Amino acid sequence: MSSERERLMDTVVVVGAGLAGLRACEGLRQKGYSGRLVLVGDEVHDPYDRPPLSKQFLAGTVALEQVMLRSAEELGGLGLELRMGPEHRARRLDVAAGVVELEDGEELAFDGLVLATGSRARHLPGTEHLPGVFTLRSLDDAVSLKAVLESGARLLVVGAGFIGMEVAATARALGAAVTVVEPLEVPLGRVIGPLAGEALTRLHEAHGVRLLLGRGVASLEATPGGLRAELDDGTTLEADAVLVGIGAVPNVEWLDGSGLEIEESGVICDSTLEAAPGVVVAGDIARWPYVKSERVRLEHRTNAAEQGEHAAASLLGSREPFSTVPYVWSDQYDVKIQLLGIPRPTDDCEVLEGSFEEGSCLAVYGRQGSFTAAIGFHKARSLMRLRPLFLRGATFDEARTALG
Amino acid sequence: MKIRVDPDRCQGHARCFGLAPELFEIDDYGLSTVVGDGRVPPELEERARLAIANCPEYAIDDCS
Repeated sequence: MSSERERLMDTVVVVGAGLAGLRACEGLRQKGYSGRLVLVGDEVHDPYDRPPLSKQFLAGTVALEQVMLRSAEELGGLGLELRMGPEHRARRLDVAAGVVELEDGEELAFDGLVLATGSRARHLPGTEHLPGVFTLRSLDDAVSLKAVLESGARLLVVGAGFIGMEVAATARALGAAVTVVEPLEVPLGRVIGPLAGEALTRLHEAHGVRLLLGRGVASLEATPGGLRAELDDGTTLEADAVLVGIGAVPNVEWLDGSGLEIEESGVICDSTLEAAPGVVVAGDIARWPYVKSERVRLEHRTNAAEQGEHAAASLLGSREPFSTVPYVWSDQYDVKIQLLGIPRPTDDCEVLEGSFEEGSCLAVYGRQGSFTAAIGFHKARSLMRLRPLFLRGATFDEARTALG
Repeated sequence: MKIRVDPDRCQGHARCFGLAPELFEIDDYGLSTVVGDGRVPPELEERARLAIANCPEYAIDDCS
């Protein structure tokens, strides 16, 4: 399919060499774009997959080569002009002029632009450079953390989100002594709410993790023997390593002054993921109209993949709106936790199959009569049977009785 | 068109089943196998491609 837009484009620049950027490159080529294609990334590695970094790669069951998203041959087949490494980080965009400027001063003029710069790990202020304090976002982070996670090591996890709880589970499997500190009353409380969150508390406690909930870290300092954290309730903890898992910061600051509109750390785009003529956005930094035109920004891995491909099609002239059922999963011990949709902690939550107590459970979430989300612990089949209900905007009552 | 699922790669997301229940069977752990010998009727080819593209583990491929 050759569109008007495609014939006018000689150079497409894709900024961000993660999954979204890679899928955008692949989508452009699959749909027939044969012009110059420049991929800009601020890491030296070829595009790699992040989910295994906190799980199988950290556990040592998956090797570095298996974390790479594509082989060298597959990448070569895309005919990319690569700008990889910190010296090529994009530092400025001028939409009106159609130019991206890189850290080393190179100015890349484009006819089409894909923005997929993703996120970086949020740090505890003042602890970035303390030895033994880690975040987990990049492959290099995972390699560093892996080196200190050994049997008997004392690991303190700050933040009970996806990264924190996955690392806690992996570290326990490796024989480390794990303590988790979290200001909310349950793990993943902001994402999955109290009912499912309590199930995670039980799961981790059953595996020997010490959970200190409802309190935060007041200070963290290096000691001759390692690290010492003081919590806001006065508790003192000694650790050999600290993993800070307190969320991610979207990489949008470099777009200040670009002419694009940024809202809540996301680049505002329309339903086709277009932010301006010839400029599309994909992955963590895209803020687009989801259900009932409410704009959302998702940091899910599957979202990055789907949006990368969709943004490529939009750049080539497709006016198809992006439609998705948000999906995120987490592997903790032997439990696969899967979430469809976007629940809020205050949503109604009703168990349809099994129970959270027995570790195999399917529950649905609803808000003001709408079906907002579904969560499964070891319930992949039933959960995915609910997927079509999202696409047709089913009510909470329909969801509650769908599997009956 | 003919598809297959690599059992070593499949991690039990069951997204393929959610997208194309006619083409995949799922066990209790979400692990997927193709229905029959994996031959895809022409009217389901688009759905098969959707399943391939949406597998987070790249476990499904077109082997026709």
